[in-house]
Amino acid sequence: MIVKRIIPCLDVKEGKVVKGTNFVSLRELGDPVDMASSYSKNGADEIIFLDISATNEGRQTMVDIVKETAEKVFVPFTVGGGVRTIDDVTRLLKAGADKVGMNSAAVTNPELITESASRFGSQCIVVAIDAKLYDDGWHVMTYGGSKDTGIDAIKWAQTAEQKGAGEILLTSVDTDGVKDGFDLELTQAVVDAVRIPVIASGGCGKPEHFSEVFKKTDVSAALAASIFHENTFSIEEVKENCKSQGVNIREAGLL
Amino acid sequence: MIAIVDYGMGNVASVSTAFRRLGYDVLLTDKLDDLEQATHIILPGVGSFQAAVQEIDDRGLREPLQRLAKEKPFLGICLGMQLLFTEGYEGGISSGLDIIPGTVEKIKTDYLLPHIGWNALNITIDNKPFKSFQDKHVYFVHSFEAKTNSNFLVATTDYGTDVPAIVQKGNVFGIQFHPEKSGEVGIEILKAFLQAG
Repeated sequence: MIVKRIIPCLDVKEGKVVKGTNFVSLRELGDPVDMASSYSKNGADEIIFLDISATNEGRQTMVDIVKETAEKVFVPFTVGGGVRTIDDVTRLLKAGADKVGMNSAAVTNPELITESASRFGSQCIVVAIDAKLYDDGWHVMTYGGSKDTGIDAIKWAQTAEQKGAGEILLTSVDTDGVKDGFDLELTQAVVDAVRIPVIASGGCGKPEHFSEVFKKTDVSAALAASIFHENTFSIEEVKENCKSQGVNIREAGLL
Repeated sequence: MIAIVDYGMGNVASVSTAFRRLGYDVLLTDKLDDLEQATHIILPGVGSFQAAVQEIDDRGLREPLQRLAKEKPFLGICLGMQLLFTEGYEGGISSGLDIIPGTVEKIKTDYLLPHIGWNALNITIDNKPFKSFQDKHVYFVHSFEAKTNSNFLVATTDYGTDVPAIVQKGNVFGIQFHPEKSGEVGIEILKAFLQAG
């Protein structure tokens, strides 16, 4: 049967992998292509690049990074961040990305999902949802989790599916950066609401958090950034832990 | 020289990179002359069956591909694998290349579609070099599957139903998953095709 996917996420700013997206104390960690290549060799099932560049030059650099990654990395990879138009989607897919993620622009203009999916197929369109818990349920947050749209996140996930999304990348703004585990309640609520795969994100601080989200929810994949980048844990350690907990994963390594 | 048929259906760059990595010369082409010269023909593709058939017919490649499949090692990948069959039901009914008998139909399963992700191979014939890929994980992205005689199956994968993963008829192979996105295992499978073909 299909395995649970373990995905490292690389935040890229002006061509370099950086730590943290909260612009306060960005620290350069390395070259995105080298890091993606190394993760794929260590058993990553997929790679996600999140482009947080603030400039047009940075965005163009991302296209070059995508081209080079497609030459050197032999697992699927997704690129998100700053995708506003069908032209942005086209440019990234043509450069070699397997999937493109869209977030704020899809909330403002849901037709972007439909237009992209009908041109390229739902399988390459990922809608990223940043959600935060309020008294009346989870709200969709935009602009890096800072702006409350007031939109119900569960309903938005269903709309995104109807519009043609092939996958949901779900980040809990509440657990993001806390390193105390994924948001199990939010994750299961979205998984129950849609018939497309969901990737859980936000809150992973150790390998056990992966096995926890896979055992306690029906999520298809889970993502982490800092625990991999800072060499706190390797992808192999995460997979070993998942395996010991009975989670169906892909054995990394050669024949 | 390996010819990769570039007929406007999806990104073929990573397929060509994978073969280059194995040390082969690769040419992306839709020109008949190039295909005639090639040692191996690779038919990749992402998108809908009907659109792909249209692109092939627009280029006048239907008959040449059918003929070349009798003459040299030929590999269809993903949609390219589905095109090897007689008829496809995606986007209406359309005629495939009819190189392997069978139809291409929506997968009947209780699980989510598309079938996206890493799934394990079950090798159904006692065939070196493919036997060594038993239980190895490869990367799938598709909603339609080949319905064909079990004689043509080399490998299947379990997605609530047995989905054909590798098919073969003589020197013609079809791979439903993406070997170029399946890590080291995928590269080894391409190598196995080159050795078998």
